[in-house]
Amino acid sequence: MTASVSTPAIELDGIVKTYGRTTALDGLSLQVGRGELVGLLGPNGAGKTTAVKLLLGLTRPNRGQGRVLGAPLGDRATRGRIGYLPELFRYQPYLRAREVLRLHTELARVPTARRAAAIEDALALVGLGDRADDPVGGFSKGMQQRLGLGVALLGEPELILLDEPTSALDPIGRTDVRTIVRRARDRGATVVLNSHLLTEVERVCDRVVILHRGRAIASGALDEIVARDGVRIRVTDLDANGREALRTFGPTGADGEWLTIDGVDPARIPDIVASIVASGGRVHAVEPGGGSLEARFLELIAGAGSVESDRP
Amino acid sequence: MIVIARLTIRELVRRRVVFVLMALSIVSVVLVGWGLERLVSIARADGSAEIRIQIGVSQVLILVAFMFSFVLAMTAAFVGAPAIGGDLESGVALAMLARPIRRAEVLLGRWLGCACVVVAYTVLSGLLAIWAALLVSGYGPPEPVLAVAFLAAQSLVLLTLTLALGSVLPSIAAGAIAVVAFGLGWMAGVMAGVAAVLGVQLLGQVAEVSRWILPSDGLWRGVVYGLEPPIVVLIAAGRAPEIASANPFYASAPPPLAFVAWSVIWVGLVLGVAAWWFEQRDL
Repeated sequence: MTASVSTPAIELDGIVKTYGRTTALDGLSLQVGRGELVGLLGPNGAGKTTAVKLLLGLTRPNRGQGRVLGAPLGDRATRGRIGYLPELFRYQPYLRAREVLRLHTELARVPTARRAAAIEDALALVGLGDRADDPVGGFSKGMQQRLGLGVALLGEPELILLDEPTSALDPIGRTDVRTIVRRARDRGATVVLNSHLLTEVERVCDRVVILHRGRAIASGALDEIVARDGVRIRVTDLDANGREALRTFGPTGADGEWLTIDGVDPARIPDIVASIVASGGRVHAVEPGGGSLEARFLELIAGAGSVESDRP
Repeated sequence: MIVIARLTIRELVRRRVVFVLMALSIVSVVLVGWGLERLVSIARADGSAEIRIQIGVSQVLILVAFMFSFVLAMTAAFVGAPAIGGDLESGVALAMLARPIRRAEVLLGRWLGCACVVVAYTVLSGLLAIWAALLVSGYGPPEPVLAVAFLAAQSLVLLTLTLALGSVLPSIAAGAIAVVAFGLGWMAGVMAGVAAVLGVQLLGQVAEVSRWILPSDGLWRGVVYGLEPPIVVLIAAGRAPEIASANPFYASAPPPLAFVAWSVIWVGLVLGVAAWWFEQRDL
């Protein structure tokens, strides 16, 4: 690693990218520190894939600037220190898995002496050791995605960009990806994981950035994004007066039989349950920890949407 | 660039393109040899003079070469069009272009790999066909190596055009445009000859310019020259050289050196422009 380790892994400042009349990124600013495991979240068309492509120089911004691993966007030499799994992952169907990895060690300029070991490590890491000499054309989508992950992790890159890395994987594969991603972070790599699968991000990332309409509308640790001081309670038979009484504990919300109360000190949860029971309500389940990432995500997207629609 | 060229050759071998081309070469050489053998045997049985037979064989060879040049144009289009365009459309290119490699290197590597296969196919098929004619008729063209070299150069021009178009257009469109351009280029060559005979200056100028814009037809004249026996050139020169020049299957001289040099520059220019376009393109 170089002296540039002190610089952030990714810095984007006011990036605008348009494709014809479509605005993919609308002033995106973003910073990812070295060694962070960050999830880029957003609905379809939020600009997640475009943001990753910009980091690799596959597309160029119309406006704004940025740096990756201390170098300007798309810098050729720096791309040798980045591993990338594209959303549209396809590898040469006429090659064997091992040959695809060999090709990428050559393209990534992995030193010749280290190539064989790097290929074996990647095969073992993604569980393709026994299919290494099979043609990629015969691979299922899930196996191709595993191969793509192996390609992205070849040669222990400093920055790993994974665009929807689990879209074709079964639950076992998803668990494997989480383990692989955490291990990469533990050895000091920075990982950016693009996903619209909130649970994936929730389970693995240190920090999330929520993109919507080409802008970051929220960013922070999961605990900061999701109000963890709160409680969800499944309640039946609670009348209006009983519900009204709960407002004294904090702002309430309802989703079917589930009630949420935000900003609640966990020590007061028994008091809340007692209040419900006293009002004649029946408590079926209590989940401390406030809202889920999904609820917060939908709330943020809806909020950003209304801001957009308020524009003249 | 060498990594990409090697990958391209491996792709063409594994996708059985090379196998199919070689099989087609052998089939076409056998057919040409068999057809010529029948013609020569019949002519000899009829008591035709040997010189007439040799002229006949030379003209058949030129026609075969013309058919072959068209096949090569199609081959160049089929091989060249998806070389960049296909990888972009399927997504294979994304992971590769994210590596520390210039897009120009990918383009040139693809060109080099395709060129090796197309040239090998041209040389093998061309020389085999000429050898088969020699075997069955005793006639060998005056400049077989030159003829095959021009045939290979013509196929490289078509390959370059297709590959360049494929880096900015969908691969099907690139292939279609290249084949049409090849046909138009050939027609322009014919028109240039006709214009010279009839004295239509403007048509002649337009046709001449188009020959330089796409040098495939000019190179074709080199193929014809290499296959044409000197006796035909002498006979034509004695009668009406302008009318003979209008014939797309006749050439009294090889293309000028300046034209050959331009063809080399043309390939470099087209690849350069394609590389620049490709470099600017959002993927």
